[in-house]
Parts: sequence; C-alpha cells; structure tokens
Amino acid sequence: MKFKDYYDTLGVSRDATADDIKRAYRKLARKYHPDVSKEADAEARFKEVGEAYEVLKDPEKRAAYDQFGKDWKAGQEFRPPPDWDVNFEYAGDGAGEHAFSDFFESLFGRMGARQGRPDVRARSVRMRGEDHHARIRVGLQEAFSGGTRTLSLRTPQASPDGHVVTKTHAIRVSIPKGIKEGQRIRLAGKGSAGFGGGPPGDLYLEVSFEPHPFFTVEGRDIRLVLPITPWEGALGATVAVPTLGGTVDLKIPAGSQSGKQLRLKGRGLPGSPPGDQIVTLQIETPAADSAERRTLYERMRDEMPMNPRKHLGV
Amino acid sequence: MAGNQKILTGEVLDERVEYDLEGLCQICRLERRQVIELVVENVVEPAGEDPDHWRFTGIEVTRIQVAARLTRDLRLNIPGAALALDLLDEIERLRAALQRQS
Repeated sequence: MKFKDYYDTLGVSRDATADDIKRAYRKLARKYHPDVSKEADAEARFKEVGEAYEVLKDPEKRAAYDQFGKDWKAGQEFRPPPDWDVNFEYAGDGAGEHAFSDFFESLFGRMGARQGRPDVRARSVRMRGEDHHARIRVGLQEAFSGGTRTLSLRTPQASPDGHVVTKTHAIRVSIPKGIKEGQRIRLAGKGSAGFGGGPPGDLYLEVSFEPHPFFTVEGRDIRLVLPITPWEGALGATVAVPTLGGTVDLKIPAGSQSGKQLRLKGRGLPGSPPGDQIVTLQIETPAADSAERRTLYERMRDEMPMNPRKHLGV
Repeated sequence: MAGNQKILTGEVLDERVEYDLEGLCQICRLERRQVIELVVENVVEPAGEDPDHWRFTGIEVTRIQVAARLTRDLRLNIPGAALALDLLDEIERLRAALQRQS
C-alpha cells in the first residue's frame, strides 16, 4: 500500500487552516466532478480529493494523520505501525457513501470499528450497495451492428471484519445495436453488493465512440465528406459510397458543387427512426503536372470563362 | 474464460424507456419529495398531469441523477443544479459542433 499525501492532493500546506482546506476542496471538487469534467481521470481525482478532505476537515482524523506527515512521502510503501491509533478518538460515522482507498481504510476504517460506532458495513444494518459507473468506448461499426464487450471492473467489497477490499472481476456486456454517443446502459444489480442482506447497487456504462477514419456522428446521423472529380460534379455520375452497412451507389446530380449535401435515408445508426447518412461533396481537381494536363486547363480557362468571386464584389 | 461468461444485457437509458415516480425514486435513490422538487424547478419535465401519473424517460433519469450528485457533492441548490445541467448540455452541443468542423 502506498502512502498518500493528503495535503499535496488538496494543494495546501501542512499548516493550512480549516478554511483554507475547505476552499481548496471546493475548488477541486468543482474542477474534477465526474459529471462536469471531461478529463479522463476525473472520477479518480474526485475520489482522491474527497478522501483527502474527509481526513483533513476532521480535526481528530487530521491529528492522527499528521503523526505520519513528517516521515512519509506520497507513493512510499506504507504499513501503519501496530496500535498507532490508540490515543485517538474517532467520531466519524464509520463509512461515507464513497469507498475510500486501502490506505484510508487501513488508517481510519479500523478506528471506526474499534469505537463500536454504527457502521453501515456491519451485518446489523441493511443497506443497498453502491452504484458504479464506467465509461466504455465503442467502435462505430459495433454501434451499428451491435456486439459484446468484456469489461474488467474494480469494485470495493466488504470483508467479514467490516473492512473494504477492492476486487477485480470481468463481465461480458452486450452492446445494443444503434447505441448513441453519450447514452448510458444500466445493468441492474451489477454494482456493489449490499450490506446486511440489502440489494446490490446498479452498474452504469456510459458510451463514447472511438474516432472513425472518415465517418463522424451526430446523434444517429452519420456524416461523410465524399471527394468527387470536377466532371462527376458537373456532368453527374453514380459513385460508390461507403456506409456502415456496406458500399452503396449514390447518384450525384449534374451541376453539383463542393459543399452540396446528399442524404442517404436510413443509412445511419439503427433506431426508430434510424439515422441518415449525410454526404457532403467535395470537388478535388487533378494536378496540372504534365504538359497535356496544363493544355487542358488552359483550354478550360479560355473556353469556359467564369468568375467564382462575383458575389464578393471583385 | 471470457468466452464462457454469460452476456449481460442492460437497459439503454434513452427516450424509449419510461419510469413512474416510484420506479424513478428507487433507481435514483431519492425520496418522492426530492423528485417533486426537481420537477417543480423544471430540471425535468415528465409527461402526465400529476405525480401519480408522471412518466420519466431514461434521459430524464440521467438528468435527475446528475442533478442529485451536483447538489450533494458541490452543495448546489436545485436552481443552481438546473442551470449547471443546461450549461453542460450547451457545452456538449458546442463540443460536438466543434468536432464536426475539425
């Protein structure tokens, strides 16, 4: 188990006042709140900050923790000395809603138990287990066709003596066809086990999409920029277009310019109604990299004069 | 080993699933009066005339859960949480628009 420097976590000095600690905590809590922050490790940081505050806001826990402050550095291998807490009275409620780290539990978990205070993990109290949250990244193809995903989850569980230990277990989850970015999947009863015969919590999976090399997503609609030649745009053509369901033929009307959007109805993510695929045309011109090509461009210039900047007044 | 595991199927919290007030309270771990307060402050707008006939979609379940966490963790009051939710939605829309352009 690694030593945790709670002062460092909150960015305060060891002689910080209770007000300083509260201010630092509030600021960091807003910054890392998992519902607000988009940072990848927001949830872990939010828990760390909460744990540090849980200790430092409470004068008794803080005094107990300060015993270690002089000799330990964050990340050092740590084992509390036997009976280190004999002289401290601990007045907490035994357990908050969040599960704290093993480091916290080794210091304060047993203090709660020793004082014989009500402990939600004790067998006498019936309580529903905690809900859990995880983010899963899903490929667009998987969102289109559906699939399964094996997840490795770390969940805190109560050991028989009332301590919390973290266990890792794998689950296989079906990814429903047509899932959208940001949607949540609720797996009832797959959160933490309950206490004292209480029901287990739920597991929530929040879906985000892996970036695709050429498709982008807007709700259930799929967007694609489709490069075409000047003659395909001018004369019209039928061209092959990739969709999540396979290649389809798209008719480009004559006289199409760059930026024109064509809609392939129902070719987006499945649902009721299914999304569309929206194709934006982008005309690409061949390079004038040979004498023949230069001549062709010069003929176009002479025989098809045009001013594409007329609307700019120049 | 993963190959032998049972495949779990969850419920997608989208506009197609519906909960009544009691079901919502249960999965959000809130009391009836707390949900009523959230409705009164327009955090969510359930279908149905009165609390006994309210129907909440999966999207509203998420909104209520976020509102409850914000009020608990950041000590926001309910109008503050409602404002934060609206701003978070707006940021999400702008991020998506930005991503489409790049």
